[in-house]
Amino acid sequence: MTPTSESTVRLRPGEGAIARLACLVLQPALTRVVRRVAARHPSLFARLGPHQTTDFLIDPVELPFALHLRPDPQALVFRAVPRESAPQAGATIRGRFLLLLELIDAEQDGDAAFFSRDLEVSGDTEAVVRLRNALDDMDGSLAEEASAMFGAPGRAVLARLRRAYPDATKPREYA
Amino acid sequence: MSLAELICPAGTPAALRTAVDAGADAVYCGFQDATNARNFPGLNFTPDELAEAVAYAHARGTKLLLALNTYPPAGKVDLWRQAADTGARLGVDSFIVADMGVADYIARTYPGIRLHLSVQAAASSPEAIRYYCENFGVKRVVLPRILTIPEIRQIRREIPCEIETFIFGNHGLMVEGRCSLTNYLTGQSTNMDGVCSPASDVEYVRDADGSMSSQLAGFTIDRFGPEEKTGYPTICKGRYAAPHRPEGYYAFEEPISLNLSRLLPDLIEAGVHAFKIEGRQRSKSYVRGVVRAFRAAVDDIKAGREANIADLIALTEGQKQTQGAFETKKWR
Ligand code: SF4
Repeated sequence: MTPTSESTVRLRPGEGAIARLACLVLQPALTRVVRRVAARHPSLFARLGPHQTTDFLIDPVELPFALHLRPDPQALVFRAVPRESAPQAGATIRGRFLLLLELIDAEQDGDAAFFSRDLEVSGDTEAVVRLRNALDDMDGSLAEEASAMFGAPGRAVLARLRRAYPDATKPREYA
Repeated sequence: MSLAELICPAGTPAALRTAVDAGADAVYCGFQDATNARNFPGLNFTPDELAEAVAYAHARGTKLLLALNTYPPAGKVDLWRQAADTGARLGVDSFIVADMGVADYIARTYPGIRLHLSVQAAASSPEAIRYYCENFGVKRVVLPRILTIPEIRQIRREIPCEIETFIFGNHGLMVEGRCSLTNYLTGQSTNMDGVCSPASDVEYVRDADGSMSSQLAGFTIDRFGPEEKTGYPTICKGRYAAPHRPEGYYAFEEPISLNLSRLLPDLIEAGVHAFKIEGRQRSKSYVRGVVRAFRAAVDDIKAGREANIADLIALTEGQKQTQGAFETKKWR
């Protein structure tokens, strides 16, 4: 993997430092979450097939960092990376943070978000389709599961996030 | 009045449970191979998953239909036979088939299991449908999306089996089971490999101005402006420049979904037994939203109430919907 060229990333003043700090603070939590999900949903890996070793970049557009996922059961990677040093990924998925969360939790439909241009994918389309199908086969809410791991503070953060992005959590017309 | 069964899609075990819980009368699904027409990466069921799915569905009074609706190429028919054997062993309620050889095998080997004729067989005349009924004991035909409601009513009078029609979802060209467009560009066949526009051949390219191009096997098949809604990367829904339309236009079909929610009473009155929702490749969220909406609508109609039909536009391709040929032959 090679870092994305600096020229493609425009940073606001101070954003780089904030991003690096946020990544540092978040990392232990991300590692716990991904290990827990992998342990509780082992069938996820079968649906990924050959793309267990693909590098996915999940890019929440309004956050100062991106998430790098390599869903390799032998060596799981899930880390927050400052956008300016994000790796060149095999596949990239870009959208609002809560939309991405709701897609994972099956509260929104990925194809619909793609048709409406709220979701953007690039790189290896098969990898994205496999990841989508693998995540969609998980029962329950990943967001709830992850926030519950951190007790009351975790649930409070999730509730706050949902309040902060009322648009994404509002049921769509079809709900 | 017909039964008006709701036949719902499931691409994963979780989607199947969602469909059952949302009120499906029957759920259709397929194995992880070329024996069904949604052979997409990471989608579909292993035999073990299908066994659990049958148990889940049957415990809640829902039927499970197994799609074996592709055409075996010469020398490869064993894969389809094995899939039928596995489905029969696991207790599926019906097989959805397109190929006569597959229909014949199942009719002879498992005469107690219902056969449904897939839309992929493109049987659209009473003569063709009767042929399948008489020779393979087909109990239900899924009609191609080329017929108006008066035509469906007429066909119903002339055939000895039930009718199923699509009511919602992807709206491809009206040449079901015969389309070779994907084959032409990728070498893979929708009808024999079970995949149209394989994901491994699809690429989305973002341009500097925010436009996006969708490409299949290196060919650009559409380019969307920054604010324009998109659709599936299928050749039938590509936008092409021609000498008479140099600006580019939808030569075959445009990104749009079928939605017959307003025609449900007419379809029931015409004698349609079952309503099919397309979308095994879609998420649980889609399955939940669409199945719930149509469950409520069908229940209202059966109870003699006016159906209050939920707006499903957010889930449609290109955020556009049509009643297609069901309303008028002038569609495309
Ligand atoms: S190109 Fe269009 S009509 Fe042909 S198989 Fe694909 S979706 Fe159907």
